[in-house]
Amino acid sequence: MQYEMGEYDIIVVGAGHAGCEAGLAAARMGKRTLVLSMQLEAIALMACNPSIGGTGKGHLVREIDALGGQMGLAIDSSVIQSKMLNSSKGPAVQSLRTQADKPTYQMAMKQALERQKNLDLKQGEVSGLIGEVFPSSGEPSEMSNYGIRVTGVILTTGASYRAKAVVLATGTFLRSRIFIGENNFSSGPNGLAPALELTDCLQEWGLKMRRFKTGTPARIAGRSLNYDKMIEQPGDSRIVPFSFMNEELEKKQVSCWLTYTNETTHQVIRDNLQRSALFGGQIEGVGPRYCPSIEDKVHRFADKEKHQIFIEPEGLNTDEKYIQGMSTSLPEDVQVQFYQTIAGLENAEIVRPAYAIEYDCIDPLDLKLNLEHQKIAGLFCAGQINGSSGYEEAAAQGLMAGANAVLAIEGKEPFVLDRSEAYIGVLIDDLVTKGTDEPYRIMTSRAEYRLSLRQDNADLRLTEKAWEIGLISEERRHKFLKRREQTETERLRLENTMLKPDQINPFLAALEEAPVHTKISLAGLLKRAAVTYENLASIDPDRPDLSVHVIKTVEVDIKYQGYIEKQEQQIRRFKKLEERKIPEEIDYTNLSGLRIEAQQKLQHIRPASIGQASRISGVSPADINVLLVHLEQRRRQKNG
Amino acid sequence: MTDETIAAISTAYGEAGIGIIRISGEQAGFLLDQLFRPASEGPVPTDCARQLRYGTIIDPAIDQAVDEVLAVFMPAPATYTREDTAEIYCHGGLIPQRKILELVCRAGARPAEAGEFTRRAFMNGRIDLSQAEAVIDLIKAKTDESFSMAYDQMAGRLFQKVQTVREQLMHVLVHLAASLDFSDEDIEFISPTEIDCVLAEVIDQLEQLLATAHTGRILREGLKVAIAGRPNVGKSSLLNTLLRENRAIVTDIPGTTRDTIEEILDLGGLPICLIDTAGIRDTGDKIEKLGIEKSQAAFRGADLILFMVDGSQGLEPADLSIAWEIAAKAVIGLVNKTDLDQKIDLSKINQILPTVEFLSVSLKENRGVDLLETAIRDFIYGGAVRTSVHPMVSNQRHISLIEQAVEAARQARLELANKQTPDMIEVDIRECWSKLGEITGETVHEDIIDEVFARFCLGK
Repeated sequence: MQYEMGEYDIIVVGAGHAGCEAGLAAARMGKRTLVLSMQLEAIALMACNPSIGGTGKGHLVREIDALGGQMGLAIDSSVIQSKMLNSSKGPAVQSLRTQADKPTYQMAMKQALERQKNLDLKQGEVSGLIGEVFPSSGEPSEMSNYGIRVTGVILTTGASYRAKAVVLATGTFLRSRIFIGENNFSSGPNGLAPALELTDCLQEWGLKMRRFKTGTPARIAGRSLNYDKMIEQPGDSRIVPFSFMNEELEKKQVSCWLTYTNETTHQVIRDNLQRSALFGGQIEGVGPRYCPSIEDKVHRFADKEKHQIFIEPEGLNTDEKYIQGMSTSLPEDVQVQFYQTIAGLENAEIVRPAYAIEYDCIDPLDLKLNLEHQKIAGLFCAGQINGSSGYEEAAAQGLMAGANAVLAIEGKEPFVLDRSEAYIGVLIDDLVTKGTDEPYRIMTSRAEYRLSLRQDNADLRLTEKAWEIGLISEERRHKFLKRREQTETERLRLENTMLKPDQINPFLAALEEAPVHTKISLAGLLKRAAVTYENLASIDPDRPDLSVHVIKTVEVDIKYQGYIEKQEQQIRRFKKLEERKIPEEIDYTNLSGLRIEAQQKLQHIRPASIGQASRISGVSPADINVLLVHLEQRRRQKNG
Repeated sequence: MTDETIAAISTAYGEAGIGIIRISGEQAGFLLDQLFRPASEGPVPTDCARQLRYGTIIDPAIDQAVDEVLAVFMPAPATYTREDTAEIYCHGGLIPQRKILELVCRAGARPAEAGEFTRRAFMNGRIDLSQAEAVIDLIKAKTDESFSMAYDQMAGRLFQKVQTVREQLMHVLVHLAASLDFSDEDIEFISPTEIDCVLAEVIDQLEQLLATAHTGRILREGLKVAIAGRPNVGKSSLLNTLLRENRAIVTDIPGTTRDTIEEILDLGGLPICLIDTAGIRDTGDKIEKLGIEKSQAAFRGADLILFMVDGSQGLEPADLSIAWEIAAKAVIGLVNKTDLDQKIDLSKINQILPTVEFLSVSLKENRGVDLLETAIRDFIYGGAVRTSVHPMVSNQRHISLIEQAVEAARQARLELANKQTPDMIEVDIRECWSKLGEITGETVHEDIIDEVFARFCLGK
């Protein structure tokens, strides 16, 4: 028996990392928003590793923060260890990674949702969507993509809620199945219930579903470990905050521990390979290459004598430890056996066994760049349902989907970041344009313009844009403007402060740098490899007191000016093609001169611009030329 | 795509009396001003739009005149492409045309794709709608052509070679990508020294390829050979002998130097353009300044000079002055009339041309001509370079891409020496890799990521 329970502007299905950001973004933009979670205790659950950030991922967190999202603030409030990765490898690839106290992170996120104006948080499982035929009135467009429009959701209780747009952020819950050795059973992650009904509805609506796989290692009781046999991995001496709202974080940090597998470990694994769900063939889903199970590592990299294992705390108030590097679908008894071959883990007590999980997801090629489904108006998708993996990737899509759902129901231009503006742009463009055959993870190598897309300048790149669509609070806006002004002032000060050789040369001599013979600016000195903003302090006593964020940006902008300018030129060229828009209603099957493969790909992916079209695999430069000619032809026909 | 400036030879291959190099795009005027030097004082072409200017094209690298030309700059939009356009009218021979195109490309233009001027004209509203289909056909034909080109044997070898170089770069890129993106993993380290070694090796290989550009061009367009020698040493006999023995393909083609005649002959499959300078020296006034200038011009345009002396007589001052003129060129020496008593002493000439080998021939008795033919062939293949096994670059687009790749690799080495951080160095290495990828048609950076996962054991 169905019953009406209310009406919202936006409904978000799922309250994981994507769902939370989607709900918050929509509500912050002033829309009445409902966030539905199957289990309110599981909001923003970190179902796998207890850390946020890392290479590429850290960039995403900074960008989410710059766009007014919550992830950066939540992790800053729950950080128990902070590390700047790649600090010697250059500013573009420096990435922050922090260990989190998982329960604190979850509570911080739940609280943010509960306190958010316009946002209701409810427990409930969505079993289906409600929709209507579209266009219901007016002239159908030249080539009508939209047969249906989503108008609400139905819950397993029979309750229904109406909405103008729905964001699906179902994570790994759709028809999920857990595999441990020869055994498998229907279950969501971490013992939570799976969502068994929604997939059927999505398939009825014509969505093509796929099956992906991921996994998580065992959790082990800390009291059973011998830390004397492992190598301590402390955090950096100073915690660098993720959020641009925080300048300083004073917190006690805890260590992680490093140990290694050995030949005995590998032998146990090899002896039991046939008992693995992965090798036994029970798993049909595609798993990620960058996150292989230990049996996969041993099998594929047989000549490697050892693999590193990190022991990471799950939180401050729990003894559970996450065994990074050891995800597996081997049976629990084998898990005990091989974990115990590892130095320091001889007496390891498994608290929760490792498992692999399979779940339904869609093909992201079916989405538009605003994350709306091509064929169903008002239906947005974010996170693992789109074939991505990772908390940060999910949160980034969630925020963008939430914001775009609002813009769509207001009839406004979508909020799309391109590949030169943000890692978020790279992430979404990759998913929507190139698609993915495994759970997709962001990497700095995926970003062509990474010298410009640094974590230190995420706010300078994005906050203004987010302000324009209503994602940014007054407080953040104020802080941002101040930070931008300070950055500019400090850069000018460094460029205009000239020092004489006798003021500089002792400083240079101490760094074993060649002396100067003429006056030179502080900025000029900073360009030298051995000179940093920090060590420059000794000859720059009158410098103002500035935040880490300001200092970092000024330093990098000056130090790498030449490279950054070169990159900006490339970006200008790139933008020209992105700005050549392709009309939505174009029918590629009628375009002569395109090769068949290109025709099919273009018809499926429906790129928004010539730039996007050129990135589709199977679309050649000649096809692009043909497309350009057709577009011009069209334009003239319209005008003539 | 449309913001680049493009250039191409717009006249049909090698048949016309004049050649036209057309440049279109924002930089067209700038490029022309850079390369064109007016014959008399006056404004640069961009300052006198739509006026045909007379002058020379200069190779700025060596500050030398390449050809005398007429040039014009035409600002947008009243041009064929509706973009700024420059046109250079040079001599019709392939060599000056190619040389000028090469200079234009080196200065910043990109060789145009087939049909690209027309496509731009259409895109910019110049051509009417009915012609659009024709443009599409043109693009399509171009794809088919490059498709078949990939199967061409010589191109195939070039692609293979470029592919090998790219694999070396890929090795570095993959290690860099893995170490930057998976810094926690215990990945084997690639040291700056190792990167530098690979880059040095890459540059070396690419430069070898560029060196073959010379041979590749000769194979496509013919070797320009000039015959030098004072009157009556037997220049005309040599010309006639060569022509008689080797099927002439075309005759009486007006050459790049107006006072000479080009004969094209086929020397064992190799096209040779023989520049007959006979008319120059035999005008009578041997030390006349004009005569020397004319012969010098002919020699300058030649790839190879056949320098002939009379073995039956002693050296004359004219022999020596010619030797001085050609001292900087590739020369094959010939001692003719060896059927008569030999009076010649080559020691003075050997001082001027120490590396030149002299072959003994008798044109009258038709002796030694085979030696000459072998020597010419050896010259073309440069000894080590052999068409049968080595790839050759002959396409202007390929040459310019390889040059850019070398430049990027050099930049990367420079930054390595400056202890620049790996994320920056990677930019130049990737640039080098992707420029080469434009030759083989595969610049997809997913390659690197796929390779990272194939090679390293990564992940939590």
